[in-house]
Amino acid sequence: MANKVLVFLEQRNGSIKKSSLEAVKVGKDFADKLSCDVEAFVIGAEISDLEKVGSYGVSKVTHLKNSELAMYSSTAYLKLAIKHVQDSGADILLFPNTSLGKDLAPRVAAKLDCGIAMDCIAFNFGDDIIATRPVYAGKALIDVKVNSTVKIFTLRPNVFNAGEPSGDSANVEINEISDPDLSTKVVEIKKSEGKLDVAEADIIVSGGRGLKGAENFNLIEELAEALGAAVGASRAVVDAGWRPHGEQVGQTGKTVTPTLYVAIGISGAIQHLAGMRSSKYIVAINKDKDAPIFSIADYGIAGDAFEVVPKLIEEIKKLKAE
Amino acid sequence: MKIAVCVSHVPDTAAKISIGSDGKSIDPNGVTFVLNPYDEFAIEEALKIKDAQGGEVVAISVGTDANKETLRKALAMGVDSAVLLKEDKDRDSIGIAKALAEEIKAQEAKLVFFGKQSVDFDNSITGQVTAELLDYNCVTVVVGLQIDGEKVTAEREIEGGREIVETSLPLVITAQKGLNEPRYASLKGIMQAKKKTIEEKTPAPYENMIELVAMKRPPAKQPGKILGEDSSAVPELVKLLREEAKVI
Ligand SMILES: Cc1cc2nc3c(=O)[nH]c(=O)nc-3n(C[C@H](O)[C@H](O)[C@H](O)COP(=O)(O)OP(=O)(O)OC[C@H]3O[C@@H](n4cnc5c(N)ncnc54)[C@H](O)[C@@H]3O)c2cc1C
Ligand SMILES: Nc1ncnc2c1ncn2[C@@H]1O[C@H](COP(=O)(O)O)[C@@H](O)[C@H]1O
Repeated sequence: MANKVLVFLEQRNGSIKKSSLEAVKVGKDFADKLSCDVEAFVIGAEISDLEKVGSYGVSKVTHLKNSELAMYSSTAYLKLAIKHVQDSGADILLFPNTSLGKDLAPRVAAKLDCGIAMDCIAFNFGDDIIATRPVYAGKALIDVKVNSTVKIFTLRPNVFNAGEPSGDSANVEINEISDPDLSTKVVEIKKSEGKLDVAEADIIVSGGRGLKGAENFNLIEELAEALGAAVGASRAVVDAGWRPHGEQVGQTGKTVTPTLYVAIGISGAIQHLAGMRSSKYIVAINKDKDAPIFSIADYGIAGDAFEVVPKLIEEIKKLKAE
Repeated sequence: MKIAVCVSHVPDTAAKISIGSDGKSIDPNGVTFVLNPYDEFAIEEALKIKDAQGGEVVAISVGTDANKETLRKALAMGVDSAVLLKEDKDRDSIGIAKALAEEIKAQEAKLVFFGKQSVDFDNSITGQVTAELLDYNCVTVVVGLQIDGEKVTAEREIEGGREIVETSLPLVITAQKGLNEPRYASLKGIMQAKKKTIEEKTPAPYENMIELVAMKRPPAKQPGKILGEDSSAVPELVKLLREEAKVI
C-alpha cells in the first residue's frame, strides 16, 4: 500500500522540536503497519544532535543545509521539500501541525496535487489508512481517507507519544544547498514576553475574568512558576487588555493539549473549551459551582480563587521543595 | 489594484453541533450560519488598503446559494462586488482552492486575503494551496501587514512569538485575529448590499481526494469531581494531581 514514509522535521535555533520527534514515532508506526521504509528530512543551517532522531525510529535523516535556511522561508522550504520528496520516492508524508507545518504542508499538497488531512489525532490501519481529526473546534471528530497516491498527514502536537529514546542513532546525510529561493523569508523572530508559550507547554495555568483585574494575575504567574507552567488567558481578559493575545486559549486563540490545564476564574464558554478540551487533565477553580468549566474538569474546587490559589501555590511549593 | 477576499459560510461558533442521520455531516437544524469569523479580518484588511490606496475589492465564495448570505455581509461591510462559485456538493479544500484560483486569475487580483482557518473543518489549507496554484507568495496567520509598492512586510504569529516576513506582490495573506478591528456594516451599507447582484459562476468539475468516512462525537469526558468549596480542598487536589494524574 505504500513505498516509503517521509517525516518532515522542524528545527528551531538548530534543535529538533518535540512535535517532530512525535512525528518520527508515528512514521515508525506507519512503516511497521504498512511494511515499508521510513526516513526523515530537515531543512536548516547548523543542527545539533541530528543523529539522535534515530532514537525515535528512523535510520536515515537527510539534512538540506544552507546558512540562510536557519529561519523559515516558505519559498525555499517548499522547493527543497518538493525536490526531496520526489527524489526519495516517498508516498506518505508526515508533518507536525505546528505554525510552520501548517504553512508548508498544504503547499506541498498543492504542488504534488495530492490529498492532505490536517491536525490528525489518531490513525487506523485496515484496507485503507483512516485518519481521525477534530472538526467544529473539537465538537465533533471525522474519519477521513486520502484517495490520492501520495498522501499527506499533519499531526497535532502533544497527542502522539514520542516514547523513550532507544539510544539508536540515525545515519545523517548532509546535502549542501546552493542559492535557495528566498523571495519570501523570515528576517526576524520577536519572542513574546512570557517565558513559555501555551502552544508548547506541558502545563498551563489560565486566568479569566474571575481574577477581577490585570494586577491580580500575579497569582496566576506565581502558580505557573511553581508548576513550571505557561500562563494562558480567556478571551475576556485579553479583550480587556489584561493579558497579551498570544496567551489566549480558545477558538480565536490557541488550541492546546497540555498534560495539565488549570482554569482559574474562567466560566468555560464553548469557545474557550474549543481550545483546551482535549487537555489530558483539567482542573477548574471557580466560585460558581454551576460554571460550565466543571462539566469537563477532572478536578474542581468551587471556591474563591483569591482564597484557594494562594494555598495551592503554597502546597505546590512545599511539594517541590521535598 | 484589484483585491480579492475569499469567504466561507460556517456554523456560528456558539452553535451546538449534533451529528446528522447520515453519520457524515452535522444536523443543520437550529444551526445559524455566519461569515467565517477570521474572514472578517480578511475583509477589513482589504477594505483598509482600498481606503488608503484606492482600488476595488471582490469577495468570492465557493458553495451553495446559502453562501449568498455571507457574500451579502461582505458587500454590506463595503466590498465592491461578489462572486458565488456554485457547487452543491461538498468539496475538499484543494477543490475549493482550485475553484478560487481560477476565479482570482480571471479577476486579475494580485493581492488576495483569506482567513487563517475556516471554523467548520478547521483545516487551514485553502489559502496556502490557492497561493501555490497561482504561484503567488503567501504569508499565513498574519497579525501585521505593510505594503509599500511591490514590497511587503508581514508579521505572523508562531509558537512563542512572531515572525517578521519579507516578501512581495503578488501575494496571498491569511488573516489572524489581531490584524485589525473589523468594521460593522453601516445601515447604508446593508441597504446598498441588498441592491447589488451577486454574480454566479460554475467552477470546473473536481473529484475529491479526501473522502469523509464518518463523523462522530468526541469521546465524552467523565464529569469530574468537585473536591470542595474552599482552600481546605487544596491538599486533596495536590494529592490527586500527584498520585492519580501523576502530573506533578
Ligand atoms: C466568535 C467568538 C470567538 C471567541 N473565542 C474565544 C477564545 O478563543 N477564547 C475564549 O476564552 N473565549 C472566546 N470567546 C468568548 C467566550 O464566549 C467568553 O466570553 C469568554 O471565554 C469568557 O471569558 P471568562 O471565562 O474569563 O469570563 P466570564 O465568562 O465572565 O467568566 C468569569 C468566571 O469567573 C468566575 N469568578 C468570578 N469571581 C471569581 C472568584 N473570585 N474566584 C473564582 N472564580 C470567580 C465566575 O463564576 C465566572 O464563571 C469567543 C466568543 C466568540 C463569539
Ligand atoms: N468555500 C469557500 N469559499 C471561499 N473561501 C473559502 C471557502 N472555504 C475556505 N475558504 C477560505 O479559506 C480560509 C481557510 O479555510 P480552511 O482551509 O477551510 O480552514 C477561510 O478563512 C476562507 O478565507
